[in-house]
Amino acid sequence: MSEIKKIKNLKEFSTSADRFEGANLLCPGCAHSIIVREVLNATNDDLILSAATGCLEVCTAVYPYTSWDASWIHIGFENGSTAVAGAEAMHKALKRKGRLKQDRDPKFVSFAGDGASYDIGFQWISGCFERGHNMMHVVLDNEVYANTGGQRSSSTPIGSSATTSPAGRISYGEKKNKKDMLAIMAAHGSPYVAQVAPNKWKNMIKAIQHGFEAEGPVFINAMSACTTEWKFAPEDTIAISDLATDSLVFPLYEIIDGQKLNITYRPKNVVPVEEYLAAQGRFKHLFKDQYKYLIKEWQERVDQKWDYLQRREEASV
Amino acid sequence: MAFDKMELRDIEVWDGNFAAAQAMRQVQIDVVAAYPITPSTPIVEGYAKFLADGYVEGEFVMVESEHAAMSGCIGAAAAGGRVATATSSQGFALMVETLYQSSGMRLPIVLNVVNRALAAPLNVNGDHSDMYLGRDSGWIQLDAYSPQEAYDLNFIAFKVSEDHDVRLPCMVHQDGFMTSHTAQGVKTFTDEVAYDFVGEYKPMNDMLDLDHPVTHGVQTEEDWHFEHKARQHNDLMTKVMPKIQEVFDAFEELSGRKYNIVEQYDMDDADVAVVCMGTSVETAREVAKEMRAEGIKAGVVGIRVLRPYPFAQIIEALKDIKSIAALDRSSPNGAPGMLFNELAGALYNTDSKATLSGYVYGLGGRDLTKAHLTDLYKELQANADAGKVLTPLQQFIGVRGPKLTFL
Ligand SMILES: Cc1ncc(C[n+]2csc(CCOP(=O)(O)OP(=O)(O)O)c2C)c(N)n1
Ligand code: SF4
Ligand SMILES: [Mg+2]
Repeated sequence: MSEIKKIKNLKEFSTSADRFEGANLLCPGCAHSIIVREVLNATNDDLILSAATGCLEVCTAVYPYTSWDASWIHIGFENGSTAVAGAEAMHKALKRKGRLKQDRDPKFVSFAGDGASYDIGFQWISGCFERGHNMMHVVLDNEVYANTGGQRSSSTPIGSSATTSPAGRISYGEKKNKKDMLAIMAAHGSPYVAQVAPNKWKNMIKAIQHGFEAEGPVFINAMSACTTEWKFAPEDTIAISDLATDSLVFPLYEIIDGQKLNITYRPKNVVPVEEYLAAQGRFKHLFKDQYKYLIKEWQERVDQKWDYLQRREEASV
Repeated sequence: MAFDKMELRDIEVWDGNFAAAQAMRQVQIDVVAAYPITPSTPIVEGYAKFLADGYVEGEFVMVESEHAAMSGCIGAAAAGGRVATATSSQGFALMVETLYQSSGMRLPIVLNVVNRALAAPLNVNGDHSDMYLGRDSGWIQLDAYSPQEAYDLNFIAFKVSEDHDVRLPCMVHQDGFMTSHTAQGVKTFTDEVAYDFVGEYKPMNDMLDLDHPVTHGVQTEEDWHFEHKARQHNDLMTKVMPKIQEVFDAFEELSGRKYNIVEQYDMDDADVAVVCMGTSVETAREVAKEMRAEGIKAGVVGIRVLRPYPFAQIIEALKDIKSIAALDRSSPNGAPGMLFNELAGALYNTDSKATLSGYVYGLGGRDLTKAHLTDLYKELQANADAGKVLTPLQQFIGVRGPKLTFL
């Protein structure tokens, strides 16, 4: 049985003992670190963690230092999920053989970027989920390969200017819509998948705790606003995140057992998508006359998705 | 214990794959993460059947690719337990990234590599292309020439790899089909004797020691990377060979079967020698004996430990030889063969006046016949008599069309 942390308010949360140190090399204002703290702080249980190559990894375990006060492993860009799955298999084996040094059941969590999850590491995650390892995979979804300087991923949204899909004289940037990973992972039969955002921290902790209680592989897509690649001021991370959740560009919802979808956050006042886009440099070119139609299309897409989510919730499917 | 022991006859008729699978069962591996590929598939299947029949107690993770197999092995090994897997050829190639990661992370893992050609063109048969591909990866590489050796070298591999002074992963190679699918008599150990030889796994820096968290797989740049790589190389160069020798000695004491870092056959008074690996060693040994009836003092050197490279042992084995042939079973693709280069590198600063010529043979499972080797030994004798290489330095053996020679 896992031990859930009781957190009443933000002050308690921010002063709670940390197994992820503030001493790291992430950019000031990077949402990755907020997400990691929120995940780790959701439980008092022991943790076995991994990170895929990416901003989180290169900024938190630079020899001879480590920011991690829980066992942690990094192998490569694509295989962080399988690293944790291997450790989970070893835990099972040693438990069966009576060789665990401490007879406790840790939580197994892999952190990976959208590149490491949606693209190069997709097959590894799919394998882990099909096999049913008892683990949680958390995507730090900043919609870009941030660590290597802002190349597109299959999570990069249409119209965003990334370094391999730059806006230019005859291009509005990324041409493809973001991949719907939540649906794909729910289709794996995962007991719990959820989209969360660090600004909605109570909502997020509830989702993480739900995930920790579930048996089997759990998938969390965490929106991670990237000050460097989204191009906003470091002190605006939470404000940008609020625009993302309140414009419904990042709707927060969960799917239980692949069958039942619940919307977990309903903004009181929905803000126009345009405001979210206008706040970030990566979308600046969309405000030229020739591309304004894209903003309109974007609003329509967000409305459609929200409508779809509501219909699924109502139908309890 | 929740699993059954298996009663084995003193001598079983096993092929190399089953011999390896039996050794894997007997050392009671904690996690096997594996993916099938010809010709190593029967190792994975054999292990799966042991599990299904209740003969192993560990976890068997049937992953979705060889890259994931080694990734899972790395996670499991870092968690702290005995880990092994098997592969060949394309699967090995797909693993390459993780081979460097596992050795750089100093994790003991045993990988049975059933040697097979690398595509293109696609080919399922034995050659040494995959073995050669692994040679800079920081793993220990042991080469078995027969099912018996595939069995024995597995125990040796676990014992060396898991030693706390070594902590490096280890490959056990055998030739695809020629060894992996050819049944021969294999002298066995009882389950107790086999397990006791390797001993209980002793964890080190184990992630599952929850009271002592560890960080595995850090970033190092120009400030520390070189030191890490140099330390790993240093340990390979200075610590591994003595440990292998120690384990070979202990193994001989237990079984009466003697292994050497470099194997020598009829080398005591030899003038000419063939240096090769895998099943070719046995063929060469037979031919060498026959050459003696023709007045050619022929010997054979078999590389048992390919990595770390047995520099000193090679020099010692070849010091009195007049004419040497390096047999490479992998396409050098635009260079002299690996063995040719590495023998030359070993002998260059010595007093050896031996001639050295290179032969590329057996690609994609092409036979190396006794007739090929008879001709080869005659060429070596001619070189020895002339005191220089009379043939081109690189020749292809047994390939269709006009004779292919280079250099
Ligand atoms: C096999 C492999 N291919 C490419 C890279 C280069 N690489 C390292 S991190 C990275 C991008 C990471 O993007 P993401 O997963 O989204 O994480 P982020 O840095 O954005 O948090 C890339 C392309 C690599 N390390 N390994
Ligand atoms: S580039 Fe973006 S994701 Fe990477 S550390 Fe900076 S803010 Fe965080
Ligand atoms: Mg990213």
